[in-house]
Amino acid sequence: MLLEKLQSAVGAGVILPDGHETFVLNLGPQHPATHGVLRVKLTMDGEYILRAEPVPGYIHRMQEKMGENRSWSKYLPNTSRIDYLSAMTYTHAYVLVVERAAGIEVPPRAEYLRVITSELNRISSHLVWFGAFLLDLGGFTPLLYAFDDREKILDLLESVTGSRLTYCYYRFGGLCNDVDAEFLTGAREFVAYMRPRLAMYRQLVTDNIILRKRLEGIGRIDAELCRKYGATGPVIRGAGVANDVRRVEPYSVYPLLDFKIPVYSECDCMARYLVRMDEMEQSLRIVEQAIAQLPEGPVMGKVPRVVKVPAGDYYHAVEAARGRFAIRIVSDGKEIPYRIKLRTPSFSNLSLFEEASRGMMLPDALALMGSLDLVIPDIDR
Amino acid sequence: MTPTLDELNQAFLRLLTPAPALGTACEMHDATSCEGKGVSPNPAPTPPPTSAPVPPCRIVEGKTKGYHFDADLAPDQIVPAGRLLDERGFAIDAVTGVDWLAAGQMEIVYDFYHPVSVLHVVLRCRVPREGAEVPTLSEVFPGANWHERETHDFFGIRFTGHPDLSPFLLPEDADYHPLRKDFTGAA
Repeated sequence: MLLEKLQSAVGAGVILPDGHETFVLNLGPQHPATHGVLRVKLTMDGEYILRAEPVPGYIHRMQEKMGENRSWSKYLPNTSRIDYLSAMTYTHAYVLVVERAAGIEVPPRAEYLRVITSELNRISSHLVWFGAFLLDLGGFTPLLYAFDDREKILDLLESVTGSRLTYCYYRFGGLCNDVDAEFLTGAREFVAYMRPRLAMYRQLVTDNIILRKRLEGIGRIDAELCRKYGATGPVIRGAGVANDVRRVEPYSVYPLLDFKIPVYSECDCMARYLVRMDEMEQSLRIVEQAIAQLPEGPVMGKVPRVVKVPAGDYYHAVEAARGRFAIRIVSDGKEIPYRIKLRTPSFSNLSLFEEASRGMMLPDALALMGSLDLVIPDIDR
Repeated sequence: MTPTLDELNQAFLRLLTPAPALGTACEMHDATSCEGKGVSPNPAPTPPPTSAPVPPCRIVEGKTKGYHFDADLAPDQIVPAGRLLDERGFAIDAVTGVDWLAAGQMEIVYDFYHPVSVLHVVLRCRVPREGAEVPTLSEVFPGANWHERETHDFFGIRFTGHPDLSPFLLPEDADYHPLRKDFTGAA
């Protein structure tokens, strides 16, 4: 009786036509390769995956309901706690959608500073992925280098925002405070410092034959699969599609800046790896140009003391570090949102894992999962 | 093929109007008037006197709304509309719900983006709040599976034909739906 219950809970082994017996392997929710509390229920035929079923929800916090019991501005700190590694871009999406709905103008200096801080945040997010991904693959050293570099960004952002991770720096109509000359000097120095570091990563890691053998031709995700599942960000750009919200649906001052959208068409883990490595270089270019073009002036526009959003629904997407992050808001004209929907990239990117991992060997599937760059609270919300 | 708004509009008009409409393209609606239908008591701006009902689909001002095309569907039109977008290369963005408690309705909202063009399409369907049920889109877009499961979690909307509507983000024994406006707290 107990055995039957246990078997139905974990899934009993099945005899396959070829005489092999399957077994169920539980991965997570506490497992270093899932980067947080994600559980994956794997049905295995030896070393090969027959079915991998992600079981999310372990750190679900009902962020969307929280939006319905506080004012528009009080929801701002929540948006930096969804994907905690990419907090700037997430708050950017939220202020943009409310500004769009309420018709709030933002001074150009504020938009430039938003772009500078967002891109620095993107680099720091990619550095965490870089370190953690290589850790998944068995390389310990790069993590130490990556976190060393990331520390410099965290120090910079801490000096203007007061936080090191869950930044709440943007406000409806601008920013909570201007930056000082030290920040700008520091950001310029960081760009100069980071370029040789990226070259060093190329030598140390990217050209490494062991890394290439682990990633090349592994974990195929093509453009059609991305479209059917709504996968975006480095995943779709590693499948040969130049889909980047900054370019496709331009927002903020991105149209005024010169940067490339890295695209690789190999559809494998290596392609997604290379996209992110190239993106760090492009983000450095953006930061450099935005500092050079940074206009003088106020960092806060004219905003009513209590922000009210006209009745209706509004939508805004941004390119976060993991892909397309969008917020759909529904207002009934009151001071409190009627509905806030968060469309998060990790959720959609993970949803294709079951199909993409079918027939893969387990260690390769972990490389595939690492190449999706998952942040679990971004899935669970 | 990169779809155009006009072609999309024509295709949707053909799909949504049973008798062939006399080739009249929907006129441009501004941000407020496209909300006029059903969404909260709106100070409806120039309502055309009785005749000319709101067309079931319309081109929307993307700059102010964040999407470019909006269509109101009956439940049985969801899958054909999904196929129509699938054929034109759209990707599934999200599926979610909105609980209109006062009106006694559940709204299911489908978002689609296009990977290489700027177009963003919204499909909506309103059903009675009690026993809300619509067909699943997961056979057209497998990515809809998770979004629909989440929407079932949060709103209790059933998606007929969905392979597995067991609790997804909520605990596995959850029998409550927290985004319903009359939800008072989990026991």
